[in-house]
Parts: sequence; structure tokens; C-alpha cells
Amino acid sequence: MSKVGTDRVKRGMAEMQKGGVIMDVVNAEQAKIAEEAGAVAVMALERVPSDIRAAGGVARMADPTIVEEVMNAVSIPVMAKARIGHIVEARVLESMGVDYIDESEVLTPADEVYHLNKKEYTVPFVCGCRNLGEAARRIGEGSSMLRTKGEPGTGNIVEAVRHIREVNAQVRKLVNMSEDEVMTYAKDLGAPYEVLLDIKDRGRLPVVNFAAGGVATPADAALMMQLGADGVFVGSGIFKSDNPANFARSIVEATTHYEDYDLIAKVSKGIGTAMKGLEISTIAPEERMQDRGW
Amino acid sequence: MVRIGVLGLQGAIREHIHAIEASGAEGMVIKRKEQLEEVDGLILPGGESTTMRRLIDKYDFFDALISFGKQGKPIFGTCAGLILLANNIHGQEQAHLSLMDITVERNAFGRQRESFEASLSVEGVGEDFEAVFIRAPYIVEVGPETEILASYQGKIVAARQGHYMCSAFHPELTEDYRLTAYFTDMVKEYQK
Repeated sequence: MSKVGTDRVKRGMAEMQKGGVIMDVVNAEQAKIAEEAGAVAVMALERVPSDIRAAGGVARMADPTIVEEVMNAVSIPVMAKARIGHIVEARVLESMGVDYIDESEVLTPADEVYHLNKKEYTVPFVCGCRNLGEAARRIGEGSSMLRTKGEPGTGNIVEAVRHIREVNAQVRKLVNMSEDEVMTYAKDLGAPYEVLLDIKDRGRLPVVNFAAGGVATPADAALMMQLGADGVFVGSGIFKSDNPANFARSIVEATTHYEDYDLIAKVSKGIGTAMKGLEISTIAPEERMQDRGW
Repeated sequence: MVRIGVLGLQGAIREHIHAIEASGAEGMVIKRKEQLEEVDGLILPGGESTTMRRLIDKYDFFDALISFGKQGKPIFGTCAGLILLANNIHGQEQAHLSLMDITVERNAFGRQRESFEASLSVEGVGEDFEAVFIRAPYIVEVGPETEILASYQGKIVAARQGHYMCSAFHPELTEDYRLTAYFTDMVKEYQK
């Protein structure tokens, strides 16, 4: 008797990605560059976040042709994004055999009240979070992996730092508090009580938590690892740099050896210019992707 | 107490260390090849085999891992680690460490959607072993020196050849530490 889609199988898949880099790609050629550079998975999408930002309008699930093309091009896992709350986009990606679905604030939300009930799917999900409340709500809905949101498509690490620090500080606070205080903390965070108890018992989140949203250099990736991320998502940072293959390889190495500064210096030398960054205060509040999700 | 290393380049490293410690041995994460001299046995963890191979080459681990095995020190490969140990990978011209005489098929049970858990009987370990398969490979055939430890639906999913051992599933993802304990005993035996 075998069981598919169990928590262990879904969360376990993310465990295998730890210490690795997941790269955004928009076609088979980019997917191959990512795989060759040592990415542990690729995220197939129609446009990288900085182009989504530039294009404006409504951002949706990628054309299935692109997802299929990427799936056929590489042997590493392929992830794809569905809009928040878009049951059908998620089901379509599941039926195509995508390995992980990102219910992502990078796309325009389809539902401004409810996220997907991710427990109902065989395929695992990753979701964004900025704090423990969001993290626990997503876990409560069945997310098998988390990523801190950062501010996608900016090449500016400041929001990613804010979010990973916030989540980890709140986890530490929870782990150290008396059990008497957990219910009120759950109320304050808007977090499911049982999920918080589970985190408190384990002394850590029950799922893998990557960092995302603003990683543009090898040093940025290593910084996120030092702040306690289990791995790194790089969106625009690779294919918007002037030498994607170099950036991809260097970011992978800096992630593996995030405490080896000689090595990070070496892999950062002469790799070319990073993507152009965006100052967060220049982004209009309604264009901030991190505020999407509830 | 024996000390068992876990190749720490990428993948489920912490879980293996935990399982090693639960089996009464000392665990050590190996990030540099020089650290191999400090351990009596080694686990190649699950992760992405393509990524791990790239990092193995990059950090010059390739020859060091082979010589670790040739010195008679036990190695246990799980999932991606099994692929690294095999001397033949179906559909690929080149294998990796080629320490075990087995032919493997990558992602043989399908994509993540087809990943599963099942209860197995493992030779020398026991019955009802909870095995978690994630985009798992299986062993298509084994050489004359290789002993089959477990099969699932007619596919070989665990094997041993002298001081080398491999599983297509992830013993580190459950609280059933029997397979890691079996490997720990192997390390003790070969240390003598």
C-alpha cells in the first residue's frame, strides 16, 4: 500500500532542496543554464518579476507551453506560479505534473480574501511570508514550504532581510515563551494556535523556509543564509544580470559556502554587473508585491 | 563511539545528523574534503544529484570520496546519494563515483506528484519499515557481488555491496532509525 501526497512526501521534497538555489527561468535555454550552474530547481514563468513590474497590468500563470518546455529541458524539479486563490491555475499546473506550485504574490491575486486550501492537492505548495503570522496561516492551509517575500524584482535585499529577521525573531520568541502565553500570541499574530504549538515543540518551523525577493549578488545570497534561510530563490537577479551563467554559478557557490568569505570574494570577482536595483521608497504602495496575501 | 560524516554540500543534511545521533554515533557535517579524515563512515544525503555532482567537482571531492571508499570505509547513499554511488546510470553516458555495481534509473517512479510513502521489508533490518520516496530512483539491476536489501513492486530500492549501501528512499525523514542504526553497525564492524 502506498500513499501519495502525504505531508512527509510534500515537505520532504522541500527538505531535499535545502542549501540550494532555485532560479526563475522563462524558457528552456535559461532552464539549462540554471541546471548547469547547479540550481536545485527552476521556477518556470512567463516573465521574471522585474519585467512583470515594468509591464504592469495583470500578471497570470505562465502559458503551459513555457512550463512544458522547461519540464522537458531539465531533470531537476520544476516549479511554477499560480495566482493567490486561483484554484484552476493551481489544478492545471498540478495536472501538468509540475513538481511544486508557488502560490505567489508576484502574480496579481485572483482572490483578495482567501488563499488556496493547499491540503487538498497532491502537489506541494510554497508560499510567501513576511512574519510568523503569515507563515503560520500558510502552514495551516497546507503549504509544505515557505519563502520570505522580500520585494520581488527590485534587486534590493532590504525587504528580504527585514522579513527573514522578523520571521526568525518571532519563532525564537515563541519557542522561548511559556505555553500560557501562546494563545494570546496566536490571537495577536492571527496565527492558528495548533501550528504555533507545533513550532514551539519543534523549536523551529515545521517546513523549510527559503529567502526570496531582492537577491542580486553572491553576497546577498550568503547574507540570507547567514540570517537563517534554508536556501535562496533568485528571480530577476540572474537573467537580468549581464552574465547569467556566471552569476548563477557564483550565487550557487556563495549559498553553499555562505560563511567562507575568501571564497565569496573569489566567486564575486569579475562576474559582471548585477541587475539594476530599485529603491523601495520609489515604488508606489499599490505596486508593492509583498503587501499581497492575507 | 564511531563518527559518521554527512556530505554537507546540499540536501537533507540536518535530518541525517539527527538520525546518526539517534543511532548512538557521532554525526559530523563534511563541507571540505580534508574533514573526511576525521570520520569512520559517510552518508551521501538526498538532494539534487546534478547539483551535488557539480559541487563535488567544484570542491575537488571526487577523488577524495573514491579514496575514502577504497580505504574500506563504509558509505551509505540515500536517493541522490544512491545515484552518486552507482556505476551505471540509465540513459547517461557517465556515472559519478562508480563505487557500487548497480544500474539505476533516475526519477524512476515519476515526478513529485507520484512521490509516495510505503511500508517495506528490509533484509537484516526488519519489517514495516516506513519508506519515503521523493522523485526517487530505483535500481534496475545489481552485479553479482551486490545483495538486494529491499524491493517495492518488483523494483530494487535498497542494496548492499560489502561496505557500500544505498537506498532509493529517505530513512532520515522518519523517526524509524533502524536503517541508519544498521549502517552504524556496519561502520563499527569495518572499523575493527
